[in-house]
Amino acid sequence: MKPAISVNELTKWFGEGNLKTFAVREVSFEAYFGEILFIVGPSGSGKTTLLSMISGVLRPSSGTVAIDNVNIWQLGSDQIAEFRLNKVGFVFQDYHLFPRLTTVENVAIPLILRKQSWDEAISEAAHYLEIVGLKNKAELPPMKLSGGEQQRVALARALVSQPDLMIFDEPTASLDGETGRRIMDFVKNNILSDQRCILIVTHDSRILDYADRIMKMEDGRIIGFENGRNN
Amino acid sequence: MKGILKLAFKLLVNDKGKYAALLVGITFAVFLMVQMTSIFSGILTKASSTVINLGAQVWVMDPSVTNVASSIPLPSYVLDAVRSIDGVKYAVPLYSGGALVKLESGVFQFVTVLGLDDNSLLGRPELIEGKIEDIYAENAFIAVQDTEISKLGNPRLGTEFEINDHRGVIVGLARVSVSGLFGVPTLYTTYSKAIQYIPSTRFTVAYILVEPKSHDAIAYIQDQVRLLGYEALTKQEFMQKIADYYKYQTGLGTNILIMTAVSFLVGLSISGQTFYTFILENLEKFGALKAIGAKGNELVYMILFQATFSALIGYGLGVGLCAFVITLAKLRIPEYSANITFTTLTFALVMVLIIAGISSYIGIRKVLKIEPFDIFRS
Repeated sequence: MKPAISVNELTKWFGEGNLKTFAVREVSFEAYFGEILFIVGPSGSGKTTLLSMISGVLRPSSGTVAIDNVNIWQLGSDQIAEFRLNKVGFVFQDYHLFPRLTTVENVAIPLILRKQSWDEAISEAAHYLEIVGLKNKAELPPMKLSGGEQQRVALARALVSQPDLMIFDEPTASLDGETGRRIMDFVKNNILSDQRCILIVTHDSRILDYADRIMKMEDGRIIGFENGRNN
Repeated sequence: MKGILKLAFKLLVNDKGKYAALLVGITFAVFLMVQMTSIFSGILTKASSTVINLGAQVWVMDPSVTNVASSIPLPSYVLDAVRSIDGVKYAVPLYSGGALVKLESGVFQFVTVLGLDDNSLLGRPELIEGKIEDIYAENAFIAVQDTEISKLGNPRLGTEFEINDHRGVIVGLARVSVSGLFGVPTLYTTYSKAIQYIPSTRFTVAYILVEPKSHDAIAYIQDQVRLLGYEALTKQEFMQKIADYYKYQTGLGTNILIMTAVSFLVGLSISGQTFYTFILENLEKFGALKAIGAKGNELVYMILFQATFSALIGYGLGVGLCAFVITLAKLRIPEYSANITFTTLTFALVMVLIIAGISSYIGIRKVLKIEPFDIFRS
């Protein structure tokens, strides 16, 4: 398989001198197109920090991250923003949907940021809402949707820019088991493709079955890989 | 960019409560600022009412005169000297002074008396009742029909009164474009009758009204009058002198300035605080936008647009409300002194844009500081 992500000696520390704390230490790994890679570990193990550095959100202290052979941290800040916009789809833990916008407008945000016209963006976003099964909820504000539906709206928003890399931060943390499984089924069957790599940070052992590989972290280091049942 | 601005627009106006509070703050500030400055502008116009109503192009006066009501009598040779200046078509004396009249009811009332040149009647008002030639009759006066006329007992033609133990008769009712500032009725008569009926100083010419042969002659006339030790001002210059007096020498300008500054601060604090709260409540969302791929300058445009849009809508509402209140007031009090001028509107627009600038600066600082990483950590 072609590597989608190449992480080399990636390190992040916060503070200086005696207050210097390592969040991630010399982490190296590759993730591939067509793969769902889970990152698991206890709180404070550095999962979210690692995810942030890979997705171009947090600048590493040292090391490199190459996405599709582009070393992203050599890019300028505007180029990194464009990289995130065009290459990465985020599904945040709390979804971060805009309560004052309708569901379809929420989904259209990445397209609007890409300078697509409003009408074009809304019509494309409606298509993605249809994919996640929420076509009939397009004009509702997100707060009128259930947790699972909000998660699907966040999914549609991440998908709409057709990213190479999808980042899920605790995607099932606020969902019941049944809804969580339905979401993961959808991710596996509809979102994963040969042109896409999916990274999922989770504490939720109920969804580990969906992993191709599981990367375990502790104290900022990788302590091992496991093949998932999906493999 | 249009899509991003529409997004900013929806984020702003869909939060109806906050948006309404924001608009109320700005509208209130604009209303107060425009109202204050309009009243001031109205006061200045009324302070120059005699200059406006008489309409003479050039006024000759003592250089110490600060406003039209405090004239310093000129020796009569000045009138002759002015008449002899090249470029003067004609020059006439004007009497301007105050007098106490005793009405038929026995009530005493202070009035302003304007004595027009007997030959030309330069500066005569437009009559709505009576004939102008009747002003030459014995004891004849013309009363200005404005809101102050009720203080003379709403006289009709033939109404009599006493002025300095002389009999006075109303022979005409006149309309003027601007009534006076001090709430005193105005009577017109001839110059000769005015100095005959009203106790006067040695010199009786309050102002010399000059009609130049051409506009180009004005500068020369002004120079020649200056050589005489007096001052010749055009109508606009005299109005400006009066305005400067009220602005800088009476405390009126300072008080209005303070009230306007207070209005500005009230508007700034309400809208600034509301906008700041709006940004704070949406901070995570702006962080999410950043994480998704919005660039810093795009977020700046969004916030600037939101602040400017609110400011301009608030400005429109504020000006509209002010115009409504002034119109309403003028329906009840026709001589209510408030004028919304282009200067007033421009001033308020600049101030409201400053409010928008400061409000958005606070928001922009906050939004630019948020790290998208914080969104993951939250």
